[in-house]
Amino acid sequence: MTAGIFNRRQVLLAGAAALAASRLAHAHNGTIHVSIEKLAFQPVEIEARVGETIEWTNKDPFAHTATVKGRWEVVIPPGKTATHVVETGDSVEYYCRFHPNMKGRITVVS
Amino acid sequence: MKSLFTALGAACLALSATIALADDKPTDPQIAHIAYSAGVIDVEAAKLALSKTKNSEVAAFARSMEEDHDAVNQMALALVKKLNVTPEDNPTSQALKSAAEEKHEELVALDGAAFDKAYIDNEVAYHKQVNEALETLLIPSAQNAELKGLLETGLKLFQGHQQHAEHVAADLK
Repeated sequence: MTAGIFNRRQVLLAGAAALAASRLAHAHNGTIHVSIEKLAFQPVEIEARVGETIEWTNKDPFAHTATVKGRWEVVIPPGKTATHVVETGDSVEYYCRFHPNMKGRITVVS
Repeated sequence: MKSLFTALGAACLALSATIALADDKPTDPQIAHIAYSAGVIDVEAAKLALSKTKNSEVAAFARSMEEDHDAVNQMALALVKKLNVTPEDNPTSQALKSAAEEKHEELVALDGAAFDKAYIDNEVAYHKQVNEALETLLIPSAQNAELKGLLETGLKLFQGHQQHAEHVAADLK
């Protein structure tokens, strides 16, 4: 198979479909899942749109938080989940207040 | 006051010297005992802090120490049971314990802001010492892969505690 069999329009459409698919992998039904295990956010970096929900699942036996100092904080008890609805200006680095060596990053995309 | 701080400094030095000197590799049963004892000591310090402090940030820190060290010690107990290992007392555990008893006496005598500062400063120093011992001695010496894994999780947890304590210490100034 050669690239020659595609015209420009088909290639663009294929590219758009691939982009859409990768975005769906980040947010399934408007929820982005971040797991916490062994003192680490996974994935560390996420992309989200305003209005989508980030859901942290804490698989550790320790309480954690997702904290943006001076802005917001979500407490995630051991074995539980907690959520935050993404707002404008949420392109931020966040950390766990109890274990500040745990860091994550949110990038708001349009 | 100056003599108290000098005494505190001397106690810290004595403790790190004890951990550093025990460099003829500890065995897994000894490592398990050291790690467990270190956790119990910090839970006891947290209980003392919760009975004395009136500062909400210090209290939140102490509650976190109590819960985290208790949780990781439960993991340690489950692991030694699974591996059929009996933790073995040793000079490093004993040094940790006697240094903690001295520290307890010093902290009991303090109140208010003086207590908060002494407790948090000691938490910074204590976690630093335990983390150094984990990194340089306990983790490299551990033979069993699961024990090594738990110690590595413990190190991440305690490094987090050290940073948390440093943040609280900065806020107390």
